[in-house]
Amino acid sequence: MDWLTEFPELGRRDLRDFRKSIDQGFKDFTRTYGEDIESFFEPLLQFLIWLEKLLLATPWPVFILVVAALGWVASRSLKVVIGSALSLFLIGFLGMWEDTMSTVSIIVVCTMLCVGLGLPVGIVMSRSDRAQAVVTPILDIMQTIPSFVYLIPVVMLLGIGKVPGLIAVVIYAIPPMIRLTNLGIRLVDKEVLEAADAFGASPWQKLVRVQIPLALPNIFAGVNQTIMMSLAMVVIASMIGVTGLGQPVLKAISNQYLAMGLLNGLAIVALAIIFDRISQSYGKRLQSHRGGHDE
Amino acid sequence: MSNSETKVEIKRLFKIFGDDPEGMLEKVRGGVSKDELNDQYNHVLGLSDINLKIPAKGIQVVMGLSGSGKSTLIRHINRLIEPTVGEVWIDGENVLEMDEKTLRDFRRNRASMVFQRFALLPHRTVMENTIYGLEIQGMAEKDAGEQAAYWIERVGLAGYEENFPGQLSGGMQQRVGLARALATDADILLMDEAFSALDPLIRTDMQNILLDLQQELHKTIVFITHDLEEALRIGDQIAILRDGQVIQQGTPQQIVLKPKDDYIADFTKDINRGRVIQLKTIMKVPNDKPGPELSAEMLVEDAAQLVTESPSSQARVTNDTGDVVGVVGINDLIRAMARPDIESRLEEL
Repeated sequence: MDWLTEFPELGRRDLRDFRKSIDQGFKDFTRTYGEDIESFFEPLLQFLIWLEKLLLATPWPVFILVVAALGWVASRSLKVVIGSALSLFLIGFLGMWEDTMSTVSIIVVCTMLCVGLGLPVGIVMSRSDRAQAVVTPILDIMQTIPSFVYLIPVVMLLGIGKVPGLIAVVIYAIPPMIRLTNLGIRLVDKEVLEAADAFGASPWQKLVRVQIPLALPNIFAGVNQTIMMSLAMVVIASMIGVTGLGQPVLKAISNQYLAMGLLNGLAIVALAIIFDRISQSYGKRLQSHRGGHDE
Repeated sequence: MSNSETKVEIKRLFKIFGDDPEGMLEKVRGGVSKDELNDQYNHVLGLSDINLKIPAKGIQVVMGLSGSGKSTLIRHINRLIEPTVGEVWIDGENVLEMDEKTLRDFRRNRASMVFQRFALLPHRTVMENTIYGLEIQGMAEKDAGEQAAYWIERVGLAGYEENFPGQLSGGMQQRVGLARALATDADILLMDEAFSALDPLIRTDMQNILLDLQQELHKTIVFITHDLEEALRIGDQIAILRDGQVIQQGTPQQIVLKPKDDYIADFTKDINRGRVIQLKTIMKVPNDKPGPELSAEMLVEDAAQLVTESPSSQARVTNDTGDVVGVVGINDLIRAMARPDIESRLEEL
């Protein structure tokens, strides 16, 4: 009755060989293509470094003013403007300005990547049920797999540094962008689409002038989620060499510096709230035409 | 309208919804009814052997209750729905055989549509909505703007150009829908229950706007409705649809005076006949007595009022050239409105 109590597992040696062959295979892949892939990401790295330098070189009052102005344009709410300016000032006052700029730069680049990649994927997904059936499980995996697991191959391939960190953040943060683009387009009123057809709109005209504009509130919710999730990834990304607010947090964990961890953690929260309020209120204003119904 | 040319001709059109529409076609042709098809074969019979000649420059109403297939039928004319089998001939071309590009051009330039629930673009202003069809045609922005402004004015929305649909009442939204459809300058106008979602007063208003515009535009209009009053009011020709089949076609008078079966008779019995029957239908041989001269096409209701107001007790009926072709007495008028037996006279028309 051994076979009932003992699980019929692979022999220890077979299992080791199995793992070894995967590791070896990936190592060979890295050795062959590693450099090409690295040089492929080079422009991205340069852009990230350029942006970080730009933000660091920007005088702090200018940066705060720009954020406040963005807040005003997006939300028209004094509360958002004052809240953003005040929390940024506080972050700088408590000695975290430079780390914050690094984090902002990586979030900006990451959001651009997520939108740039996520929007087309979301559109393709919304147009074909088969694409949706293929992409959905991949997104599920991206959202549920522990980040450390995909950090391993990324680091093996590209080493430690900003680009692998960026890739890790994008993998984690892109699913809501794709999902909400897909959802937004699929939710567009069928009658409006029929009208577009009846007037002879081509698929492209329908996409650009009807589907995307009407899906914009949902797409914007996706952008907002993407920003939030990339901020959440900042600490983990710092483990593989991404500079910013994550690194002091990491240091605080290993050395039990309570105050340091708390302050940097709260700075991340403050950034998150600023980004969230600004992008969300902009998303809401996009829907303003739906208001004013006097029936 | 009987001798005018045909603009749209629908021939032997069938539409069956389900997994195997072609397979069901034989059964339907063999006489399987809509209910049987649904119960035994799990397919829905949308349209069954539709043959319809739609006159140019007239208003063809297709009337039926919900589920009769009328919305499915109108969507075959611009092929928003693919038929199971059949032909739709417009200006010598079969719409159902057009390739993608030809069909798109057809929809852009030759047939426009007005929808029951308006189907406006909520993120665009009245002006931007009206321009929509022209934009798709690729018209230069300035020309499109001028053309759209003209139609916005014609439907009585001047001053609302910058409003969003969400800020307008239902009636006003449908005016935008009408302006958008008219702006493309297509000669076929498809109206799918265009006024059904509106309040009765507004509906009458919109019917008047449509009839006024039609007097000068002479478009070929296909108008879908479930409301017989509306059908009789605006239709030059009416086709009545039930269970996917045309059960009667004719002018409003023919429908009201000679309902083909009990189903239609049931519909028509509450209709105000004075607003449908024309003098030429009930007039008698001319006599020498005096009376106001009224057109042969005048409705009984209007004539009754005029005759009552005049000193004489009869009217002299004149044809297009002004010759007196008959007379109607006040009693004839009252009898016509009170459902007299005048079917025999209709035969002579």
